[in-house]
Amino acid sequence: MRLSDLPRGTDAVIDSVDDHGSTDPVAQRLRELGFVPGEAVRIVATAPLGGDPLAVRIGFTRFALRRTEAARVNVHTAGVQA
Amino acid sequence: MTALNIALVGNPNCGKTALFNLLTGSRQKVANYAGATVERKEGWFTTPAGRTVRLLDLPGAYSLNATSPDEAVTRDVCAGTYRGEAAPDLLVCVADATNLRLHLRFVLEMRALGRPAVLALNMIDAAQRGGMEIDLPRLQAEIGMPVVPTVGIRRDGARSLLAQLDGAPPPVPVPLPAGTDLHAMVRQILSDCVTQSTPLSDRVEERLDRWVLHPVWGPVILIVLLFFMFQAVFAWAQPLMDGIDAGMGWLGQQVGQLLPDGVLRSLIVDGVIAGAGSVVTFLPQILILFAWILALEESGYLPRAAFLLDRLMSFAGLSGRSFIPLLSSFACAVPGVMATRTIQNPRDRLVTILIAPLMTCSARLPVYTLLIGAFIPHRNIAGLVNLQGLVLFGLYALGIVSAVVVARVLRWRNPDRQEATLLMELPAYRLPNPRDLALGLWERARIFLMRVGTTIVSLTVLLWGLSSFPAPPPGAPGPAIDWSLAGRIGHLMLPIFAPLGFNWQICVALIPGLAAREVAVGALATVYSLGSGTDTDQAAIQLGQMLPTHWSLATALSLLAWYVYAPQCVATLAVIRRETASWRVVALAAGYLFALAYVAAFLTYHIARMF
Repeated sequence: MRLSDLPRGTDAVIDSVDDHGSTDPVAQRLRELGFVPGEAVRIVATAPLGGDPLAVRIGFTRFALRRTEAARVNVHTAGVQA
Repeated sequence: MTALNIALVGNPNCGKTALFNLLTGSRQKVANYAGATVERKEGWFTTPAGRTVRLLDLPGAYSLNATSPDEAVTRDVCAGTYRGEAAPDLLVCVADATNLRLHLRFVLEMRALGRPAVLALNMIDAAQRGGMEIDLPRLQAEIGMPVVPTVGIRRDGARSLLAQLDGAPPPVPVPLPAGTDLHAMVRQILSDCVTQSTPLSDRVEERLDRWVLHPVWGPVILIVLLFFMFQAVFAWAQPLMDGIDAGMGWLGQQVGQLLPDGVLRSLIVDGVIAGAGSVVTFLPQILILFAWILALEESGYLPRAAFLLDRLMSFAGLSGRSFIPLLSSFACAVPGVMATRTIQNPRDRLVTILIAPLMTCSARLPVYTLLIGAFIPHRNIAGLVNLQGLVLFGLYALGIVSAVVVARVLRWRNPDRQEATLLMELPAYRLPNPRDLALGLWERARIFLMRVGTTIVSLTVLLWGLSSFPAPPPGAPGPAIDWSLAGRIGHLMLPIFAPLGFNWQICVALIPGLAAREVAVGALATVYSLGSGTDTDQAAIQLGQMLPTHWSLATALSLLAWYVYAPQCVATLAVIRRETASWRVVALAAGYLFALAYVAAFLTYHIARMF
C-alpha cells in the first residue's frame, strides 16, 4: 500500500521508498528525513480543496507532503496497534 | 590570541537562531554569502574566560546532501571549501532534544567531516517537561563528541556551552566505519540513552493540529488571523504613518525657513527630506507586517498556513509558501518581496518576487480613487452593487488573474527538471521569544532603511533634479515642470504613449510618479497648475472635478489599466535588486510589467473608444 492511499488516522509501518528514475532527489530526501523501513507513520491531516497535500507524522516530527511525494513510500498496516 | 571561528550547524527549527541571539546579543552582522543570495549571519562574543569568538549561524539543513542553495552553503562552509569563508575551528552541532530522531542523523553526518565538534542539546527544558530523560554521559560516548545541554530562550541557557568553549578544545571525532547506516545508529543511540515516560499522543502539536490543520476549521482560523494582520497593517499603522508624514512635513518647513529661497532649499526640502520621508513613512506598515510574519514563523504556524494554502497556490504553479509574501504585497510590494525569504525553493521565490508587484498595493489606491471618482458614474447595478466599487474590485481582480497567468507562463518558459515539491516540516509549536522577535524586526528595519532607503532617496533626488532643471525663464507661462528636463522627457514620451490615449500632461506626471505611485496625483495637480503640490487633498478634489473636461473616458480607463501593471515604483525595483542581487531580474521585472501595462492600456483605450 502506498502512503498516499493510507486513510487518515491509521497507523502504518514503512516498508520502502521507491526511486522515480535513477537519481531521485525526492526519494533521497524522504529517506534522510527518516522515511526508512520500520518507522511508524500516520496521516494526521489532509488539506482542504481535494485532500492534497497530506500532513504525516513520523516519530516526533510532522511533514507536509504532496500526494505525488507520498506515493513513493510503501507502507503496511497489518499488526500495528493504534 | 586570535579569535576562535565557530559555526553553528543544525536542522531547521532546532532553535539555532535563538541560541545565536543568546550568545551574541546585538553584536550581529547580516549580509549575503559571496556570490549567493543566501543570508549570512555572523556575530561576536567573549567567553567568561576572555576568549573572543566569531560565530557564524549557518543556514539550517537536513543533510549535507544539499537540495537548496541554503544547504549548499552549509555543506561547503562546514567542509571548508566555500570561497572567502575561513574553515571553522569548531562546529557546534545544535539538535532539538525533543526531536532527536531527525536531528541526530545530521549530527552524525557532521561527525564524519573530521572537524572538532560539540553537540548542543538544545531545548533540553522542553524535553524534560515532556517526560524525556536523556543519559548525557552515555550519549556523549555513543555520539563521539562532547555533549552540552542548552536552552536558547533562557538567559543562562548557554552556560555549559560557554564552559565547554573555555576548556580544552575537543578532539577530532573518530570517523565512523564506511557505509554505516546512520538511521540504524540513531535508533540504537535513542534506545540506549533516552527514556520517554509520557506517551507521544499527549503532545501539544497533536491537540493543536487537530484544529489548525482541520479542512474546515483550519481555513477559518487562518482567515481570522489574516484579518487581524491586515487590520493591524492598515488601521493601526495609519496614525503612525500620518504622524511621520506630518513630522517630515514640519521638518521640511523648519529647514525651509532656515535656508534662503533657491536651489539648495529646493534640493534639501523637495529632494532629500521628501525622499527620506517617503521611505520612513513606509516603516510602520513594514514593521507591523514583519512583526506578524516573524511571530507566525517563530510560533510554527507559517508552514501550517502554507500546508492549508498549497492547493490554492498550485493553480499558479507555486507552493503554499508563496501565499504570505503575495498577501503582504497588497499592503506594499517592498515587505512582500522581503518576505519571500521564507520560500526555500529558489525558483518559486523568483516567480513570487516577479509577480508580487501585480498585487494592488495601497499606494495605487489614491490614483484609483481619483480616476474612478472622476469618471465612473456612481450608479447601482441591479440595485445591489455600486458601479464604482465594481470597477475597483475589477482592478484588484485583474492584478490577481494576471499574476496567476504570469506565474504559469514563467513556469512554462523555464520548465523545472525536477517535479514541483512541497516536502516541508511542520515544526513544533513554540511561543515566540520577545528577544528573537525584536532582533528579527531590528534586522528587517535596518535592511529596509540602509539598503533600500539609500537607493530610494538617491533616486528621489535624481527625479527631483529632472523635475526642477532647467528652471523656467522669469515670467514664463505654464507650470515650471513643463520647462524642466522631466517636462521635456514627457513631451518626448508623447509619441510612445499617444496610442494609449495619454496626453503630455499624463506623460510628465508619470516621471515623478516613479518615486512612489501616489505621487502621480500630486504631479498631475502640478502639471495642471492647481496650486502647490503640498496640499494634496485639496488638489486631488479639484483635480477630480476638472479631469472629465480634459480627458475622455477612454483615456481614464486606459490610465487605470496602465496602473494595474506599470512598474512605476523605484522602491519595489530597489528591493528586488537587494533581494535577488541581480540587475537582470530587476530588468526582467520592469520590462515585463512595462510591456503588460502598455498592451493592457492600448487595448483598453481602443476598445473603450468603440463605445
